[in-house]
Amino acid sequence: MQEVTKLIYKYLRHDKKFPHVWCPGCGTGIILGSLIRAIDRTEYDKDDIVLVSGIGCSGRMPVYVDFNTLHTTHGRALTFATGIKLANPRLNVIVIMGDGDAMAIGGNHFIHAARRNIDLTAIIVNNSIYGMTGGQYSPTTPYGMSATTAPYIHIEQEFKISELAVTAGAVFVGRGTVYHAKLLDSLIEKAILKKGFGVVEVISHCHVQYGKQNRLGSAVDMMKWQRDNAVTVQQAKRMKPEELEGKIITGVLADKELPIYQDEYNKVKERAKEQISAM
Amino acid sequence: MKKRHPNEFLMQGNEAVVEGALAAGCRFFAGYPITPATEISEVMAVRLPKVDGTFIQMEDEIASMGAIIGASLAGVKSMTATSGPGFSLMQENLGFACMAEVPCVVVNVMRGGPSTGIPTYPSQGDVMQARWGTHGDHPIIVLAPSTVKECFDLTVKAFNFSEKYRTPVIVAFDEVVGHMREKVTLPRPKEVEVIDRIRPTMPPEWYIPYEDTPQGVPPMASFGSGYRFHVTGLTHDIRGFPTLRPDEVGPFMDRIHRKISLGQPEIQMGEFFQLEDADIAVIAYGSVARSARRAVVDAREKGIKVGLLKLLTLWPFMRAAIEKVIQTAKVLIVPEINMGQISREVKRVNEGKAMVNTINRVDGLMITPGQISRKIREVS
Repeated sequence: MQEVTKLIYKYLRHDKKFPHVWCPGCGTGIILGSLIRAIDRTEYDKDDIVLVSGIGCSGRMPVYVDFNTLHTTHGRALTFATGIKLANPRLNVIVIMGDGDAMAIGGNHFIHAARRNIDLTAIIVNNSIYGMTGGQYSPTTPYGMSATTAPYIHIEQEFKISELAVTAGAVFVGRGTVYHAKLLDSLIEKAILKKGFGVVEVISHCHVQYGKQNRLGSAVDMMKWQRDNAVTVQQAKRMKPEELEGKIITGVLADKELPIYQDEYNKVKERAKEQISAM
Repeated sequence: MKKRHPNEFLMQGNEAVVEGALAAGCRFFAGYPITPATEISEVMAVRLPKVDGTFIQMEDEIASMGAIIGASLAGVKSMTATSGPGFSLMQENLGFACMAEVPCVVVNVMRGGPSTGIPTYPSQGDVMQARWGTHGDHPIIVLAPSTVKECFDLTVKAFNFSEKYRTPVIVAFDEVVGHMREKVTLPRPKEVEVIDRIRPTMPPEWYIPYEDTPQGVPPMASFGSGYRFHVTGLTHDIRGFPTLRPDEVGPFMDRIHRKISLGQPEIQMGEFFQLEDADIAVIAYGSVARSARRAVVDAREKGIKVGLLKLLTLWPFMRAAIEKVIQTAKVLIVPEINMGQISREVKRVNEGKAMVNTINRVDGLMITPGQISRKIREVS
C-alpha cells in the first residue's frame, strides 16, 4: 500500500458498511482525506477527537472514521459541539457542515459560535447547492444561476462564508478548494491547532446537481474551474477589485487572538468560589 | 424562639428545581431567557460555577437543547429550562435525544398559549406537546410537581430516570408552582438517592453501543473515554451505524419503547388521597391538585365521599391508577388549566365506566378550590 493510503486506512472504521454515500467524483471524499491527514499531523489521539456533523452530504462524513462521532440534526451541529467542548474541554471537537447546514438553518448558531470563541474547529463544505435533497438553491448559490427551486433564475445574493466568519469574530478563518488539496491539509491543521473558534471554508463541486443544472461540465471540469479561478491572499492584495470579480481568494483570511471562552469561564468559576469563602 | 432547621428554606418552585438538579449531579445547564422559567437560568448561573459545573446562555432554545445533548454525550448530567414557545423550539432536538438515547432533563414552566399567549400566567396547555411534540413514535417521561418540595424531589427523579433509562425526561409544571414560595426542608446531599447511567466495563473492542439488554438499556460510554462510537438521529443498527433494514429498525423501535414500559412501575407516581371509599374522584396535577385537595377536604367535612388522585407522572399515562380509582368511584372530575388534555386520556382509559366531568379554564387564572367544590356538589 502507498503511504497515503495506509494513513487513511488507519483512521477508517472497518466494521462500517462501505461503500460510502457520496456520488462518484464528489469533493466530500477529498475533504475527508484532507481532514484525516490534518488530524494525523496534529498527532492527537483518536480518543480525543470528536467529529460532529449536521445533515446533508457532509453530514455523513463522521460515520466512516474511527473517532468519537456524532451526526446531529440539520444546522445544529455547532450547538451539540458547544455542549461537548464545555463538558469535556480536553476533547478536540471538529464540526463538519455544508453551506445550507451552516449558513441557512444553522446561520444563527454559526455567528454566535464565532462570537463566543469556544475552542472548536468548523469546516464548511461549500458546493453552492443542496445536494442530498436534489439541487435546491442554498445561501451560497450565486445570483443568476439555476436550481430546482430557482428554475428560471436565482435572484438572491449569496453569503460569503469566510468574510461572514471574519466579521462574526472567528479567530482563524481559512478558505481552500478541493482542487488545492495540500493547501486544504494545512488550513485544516492550522484551524485545529488554533485555540479558539477556527473556520475553514472549502469550495467544493456538486457536478451531479449544481453542475448539471448550470451546464458546468464534469467533476473534472469543475475542479479545473477551481484551479483556474483561485488566487492566493497574497496575489489578491496586488489585484484590483474588478480583477477579483468571480475569483476565489484562498489561504488564511484571519488569524488573531481573542480571549477563549473556556479560559474565561474558568475565571468565572474562581470568582464564584471566592464568593463562597467570603460568605 | 424556635431555631431554624439548617436545611429549611423559603424558596420558589423554580429555585427548588435548581437545588434538585444540583443534588442529582447536574453539572451543565444551557438555556435562553423566557418567562416564567427565567429564574432557573439565573440561579443556575450563580450556582453551577461554584460546583465546577458550566452554565451557558445560548442563542435560542434550539441551541440550548443541542448543547445539553452534547454535554450529556461527553458524560456530564445536563438540563435546560423553558416555557411554551421555547419548548416548541426544542422539539426537534428532543426527538434526537429520544432516538440517540441521550439522558437529559428539560423543564417546562407552563404559561398560557398558544403562541406568545399570556407569558406571566399559568397554564397546563403543554401536556400533549410534552407527549407528542416531537415527530415520530417515541416514548417519553413527563413528571408534574405541585409543591415546591416536589419540584426538588421530582427534578432528582427526572435525572435518575433519564440516567437509568437513557431518555430525556420532562418536568412540567404551571407558572403558579414555578413562582410560588413555600417553606421546604431539603434533604442533606447524602440523603438524596442519585442514579448514574451504566457505563461500559468491557474492553472497547467488545463494546456494542446499542446492543439490547434484558432491561432494554445499553451501557453508555462518554465521548473521550476510549470507546469510540457513532451517534446519529438516523435509525441505526446495534453498532450505531445508519440502517434502513426493517429487521434492524423494528427491533430498535421496539426496544426504546420496551425500556420505558418495563420501568412503568417505578416511573408512574401518584398520590391516592381519601380514595378508599370514594364515590367521586378528582384527578388533578400541578397547582390544580392543591385546589383539589382543599375542595376534597371541605367536601368530606360535609359528608361527601370524594377523594383525590394526584398525578406526579403525566407520561407514560397512569392507566393502572385510573383503573384502580374507577373500581370504587362512579364519577370522575378532571380539572385542568387547559381545554382538556389529561381528561382525554382519562376518558380513553375509563372506556365509559365512570362518568367523567371536566373543569377547564384558559383565561389566565388558576383553578380555585371553590370551582372544584361547586363541581363536587353538582355531581354528588
